[in-house]
Amino acid sequence: MSAVSAVQWDEAYNFAYLDEQTKRMIRRTILKAIAIPGYQVPFGGREMPLAYGWGTGGVQVTASVIGPDDTLKVIDQGADDTTNAVSIRRFFERVAGVETTETTEDADIIQTRHRIPEFPLREGQVLVYQVPQPEPLRKLEPRETETRKMHGYAEYGLMSVRLYEDIARYGHIATTYSYPVMVNGRYLMSPSPIPKFDNPKMENNPAIQLFGAGREKRIYAIPPYTQVKSLDFDDHPFKVQTWKECCALCGAKSSYLDEVILDDRGGRMFVCSDTNFCEDRRAKGHTGPLGADPAALAFAHKEPAQ
Amino acid sequence: MSAVMQMEKAERRPLLRVSHLTKSYGEVTGCRDINFTLYPGEVIGIVGESGSGKSTLLNVLSAQMQPTSGTVEYDLKHRGMSDIFTLSEPERRKLMRTDWGIVHQNPRDGLRMEVSAGGNVGERLMAIGARHYGDIRAAGLDWLAKVELDTTRIDDRPKTFSGGMQQRLQIARNLVTNPRLVFMDEPTGGLDVSVQARLLDLLRGLVRELGIAAIIVTHDLAVVRLLADRLMVMRRGEVVEAGLTDQVLDDPHHPYTQLLVSSVLQV
Ligand SMILES: Nc1ncnc2c1ncn2[C@@H]1O[C@H](COP(=O)(O)OP(=O)(O)O)[C@@H](O)[C@H]1O
Ligand SMILES: [Mg+2]
Ligand SMILES: [Zn+2]
Repeated sequence: MSAVSAVQWDEAYNFAYLDEQTKRMIRRTILKAIAIPGYQVPFGGREMPLAYGWGTGGVQVTASVIGPDDTLKVIDQGADDTTNAVSIRRFFERVAGVETTETTEDADIIQTRHRIPEFPLREGQVLVYQVPQPEPLRKLEPRETETRKMHGYAEYGLMSVRLYEDIARYGHIATTYSYPVMVNGRYLMSPSPIPKFDNPKMENNPAIQLFGAGREKRIYAIPPYTQVKSLDFDDHPFKVQTWKECCALCGAKSSYLDEVILDDRGGRMFVCSDTNFCEDRRAKGHTGPLGADPAALAFAHKEPAQ
Repeated sequence: MSAVMQMEKAERRPLLRVSHLTKSYGEVTGCRDINFTLYPGEVIGIVGESGSGKSTLLNVLSAQMQPTSGTVEYDLKHRGMSDIFTLSEPERRKLMRTDWGIVHQNPRDGLRMEVSAGGNVGERLMAIGARHYGDIRAAGLDWLAKVELDTTRIDDRPKTFSGGMQQRLQIARNLVTNPRLVFMDEPTGGLDVSVQARLLDLLRGLVRELGIAAIIVTHDLAVVRLLADRLMVMRRGEVVEAGLTDQVLDDPHHPYTQLLVSSVLQV
C-alpha cells in the first residue's frame, strides 16, 4: 500500500529542481498568501519540465516547500496511480530524493489535482492544489483590471449572479466543482476544480492549504483553522453531493464516489474516488457489494476520466 | 413650469451642483466651464450637434471620467453635498450602482449579454447584499413588467432581444435600486422611430411616477421636448443657452440655438 521508495536524488539537479533564488521568491509569495487568506498573489513563475495543465503551479509550490526529510503523496482526482500523479511523484523522487507514499496519514506534503483526501488532515501537513484558473470571476468578467478592483473592494455581487443563473436555468445551483467560497469573510476564492463535496473540508482544516496556478502565475492559500464558506442563497442553501449507493468495493457511505462502467451492457458501479481511503478500508475488513468480484477490482484501478 | 413651482424649487436642496467643470483631451476641449444645479426629480436635457461635448460632459458628471478642473457635488444620502471626485473609488463605485443609474447609448455597454434578463436586473440587488433567490426573481419580474417587457422572457439572454427591448432592460437594470439620479446618453439613438416613441413614453411615465432626476444627452430635440424640464444647449464644449425647455425651444435667443431649432443644422 504505502509504497515507500528509497530513491536517490539525481544531483545533476538543484534540490527540488528550482534554483534557491526562485524557491525563496516563491516562499515569500506563499508567506504573503498565508497572511492574506484567499488573496491571489502574483509570482514570477518558472518554466517547468511539464506542460501547463499538468500541475506546473502545484509543482513549483511543492518544490519550494519540500525538504529532504519530507514524504510526498500525489493524487489525481483522488487516485495515486494515474499517469499524472505517478509522473509528478517520480519527478520529485528524482530531483529531491524524497520518500513518497500513498498513505494520506504518512504524507507531509500532498499535491493534489481536483480532490481533498477523505481521511482528515492534521496539523503540520501541507495540501498543495494544482489550479488551472485561479480567478473565480473570470467567466463573468474578462477584464483583469476590473476583477482586481472587485477583489480590492470586496464587490462580489457578480458571483451571486452566476449562482442565480444556475437556479434560473436548472432550478437549483448546478455548479458541482470549482464551487466559489468566501475565505475568512473577505476574499472570494476558487477552490480549484475539486467537487463541491470537498468544500466543507477546507474550513477549519488543521493543515496548510496552498494553491498554485502555473499558467496564470498566482499563488493563494488557506491557513490552518480558517473560515471557508460556500456561496449560496438563503432559499437555496449550499449542499454537497450525495449518493444512494455505497462504495461497491469497501461499502463506504460517506466518501466521494466515481461511477465506473464495467461492461458494454450497462453494468456499472460506484467506487471511492480516493483510492488510498478505499484500500485502507478494505485492508481493515470492510467490504461492499462487489468487494469480492475480481472484474470489479480490476476496473477499480482504471484511470478516472480526465 | 409655473413661476410658483420655480420658487418652490429654489428653496429645495439641490441634488447635484456643477461648478466650472472643464474636461480637456490634451489640446482638444471636451467641455468648458459648465455650471448648473439640478434639483430632486428634475430632468435636464443636454442638446447640441455631434462633437459639441455632450457625452464628455455626461461622462464627467457621472464619474466615468475625471474632470480637468471644476467640481461636481452630489447630495449623498448620509453625508450631504460632497464632491464626487473626493470620494474613494469604492465609495464612488457604490454610488454609481445604487443611488445613480447610467443608461448607455449602446446596450452592449450597459448590459451583460451572457446573463439572463432576470440576472441583469438582479445584479445590483445582489451587489448590495440580496441573497434570497425568490425575492431577487420577484423584483426581476416586477421590473420587466414596469418597463413593459414580456415577463416570460426573464430567463432569456439580452442578445436575443431587439434594440428597443435591450434599452428597456437596461433601464430596468438601473432602476431596480431606486436611484435618485439617472444619466442617459442618447437613450433612443439607433432605434426605429416608432420604437423610439414608445420608449420615450415609457421613460416619461417612469421618471414622473418615481420622481427620479435625470440628465439626458441627445441630439434629438423631440426627446427633450417630451422629457426635459430644462435644457442646456452646447456648442464647441460650452453651454451657449440654458432655460426651461419650452422657452428655449419656442423662443431661442442664441443664434446657434435658433439654427438648431429651425433644423438648418444637420444634428
Ligand atoms: N477620448 C477622447 N479623446 C480625445 N478627444 C475626444 C475624446 N472624446 C471626445 N473627444 C473630443 O471632444 C469633443 C467633444 O466630443 P463628445 O463629448 O463626444 O461630443 P458629443 O457627445 O456631443 O458628440 C470632440 O471634439 C471630440 O472629438
Ligand atoms: Mg455623444
Ligand atoms: Zn471504497
